[in-house]
Amino acid sequence: MCGAKAGGPDLAGVDVANETIIQGSVTRDGEPVNGYVRLLDEGGEFTAEVPTSATGQFRFFARPGKWTLRALVPGQTVDRQVVASQGTAVEVAIAV
Amino acid sequence: MSRSDVLVDADWVQAHLDDPKVVIVEVDEDTTAYEKNHIRNAVRIDWKQDLQDPVRRDFIDQAGFEALLSAKGIANDDTVVLYGGNNNWFASYAYWYFKLYGHGDVRLLDGGRKKWELDSRDLVAEVPARPATEYKAQAADSSIRAFRDDVIAAIGNLNLVDVRSPDEFSGKLLAPAHLPQEQSQRPGHVPSARNIPWAKNANDDGTFKSDDELKALYEAEGIDLAKDTIAYCRIGERSALTWFVLHELLGQENVKNYDGSWTEYGSLVGVPIELGSN
Repeated sequence: MCGAKAGGPDLAGVDVANETIIQGSVTRDGEPVNGYVRLLDEGGEFTAEVPTSATGQFRFFARPGKWTLRALVPGQTVDRQVVASQGTAVEVAIAV
Repeated sequence: MSRSDVLVDADWVQAHLDDPKVVIVEVDEDTTAYEKNHIRNAVRIDWKQDLQDPVRRDFIDQAGFEALLSAKGIANDDTVVLYGGNNNWFASYAYWYFKLYGHGDVRLLDGGRKKWELDSRDLVAEVPARPATEYKAQAADSSIRAFRDDVIAAIGNLNLVDVRSPDEFSGKLLAPAHLPQEQSQRPGHVPSARNIPWAKNANDDGTFKSDDELKALYEAEGIDLAKDTIAYCRIGERSALTWFVLHELLGQENVKNYDGSWTEYGSLVGVPIELGSN
């Protein structure tokens, strides 16, 4: 595949105003990484998981509040704290 | 029954890739994942196209299962190893079908596709050719399948385990957070159900926790393992994973998977529904 794209997947066609979106990309040295991203709630409990796309991107439809993103890639696990709100997609770039 | 009779690790699969009596089968939520790549010599079962009745809401009947496995080149005496994405949700669902129709030796790959990928093991695009067989299935074993009336009768009497996420259980969401929010008419859960999300059964890499950890989990959540249990989720795939844990790993005798799950129950007229968390 071609290189990583900045930010998360294209939001065209997504009802951003009514959704609480957390999205972004997982890269290593600027190149997309195939792996998984887990969404954990404020208590650290698992909520959802998606594989990264061929361009290293991911997206969750969540609810407003504090979340932890956990990127799982071969040999490595990286956590990022995020605050999500309705109407504005949160963009998270995770470098591993 | 021991854990190794129902669960194999990635090293075991690696060592049996060319074993003619072992059939590796990928079953994914994302049914296109197999087309990109898969474990070498694995065949695909598509949970939507292959496992569902094309007209009614039900799964394929005995003759349909026989035709499917025959076409996939799976024989009655083959060892079938199922794996898939999303922590084996749909692989567990397929496992439950194989048991329902009486297949002798079926196992899950511990951790599924995720563990295989995180180990950086090889995946290939080449599709194997397996000669067709004449598979004979047994009559469906209804002792491991619950219907809506079983669930209503279980309220306050049996263990009801709702394996969805806490937000789906409490009624804040109708579907998992990575899927569009649709399906049932009403949010919430079956009264007296305990919310024990499927994810609590697994480690981050998708492998199952140890038997001792799993037993402790269900007991700590107030499940009386001496009682019969019905597990449900939204469409019956995540609860098939919990059914696998309770029935296959922990050896509980009377555990049923309610595959109608919340998309059926949450659309029934007149049944009781509870909102809020445990």
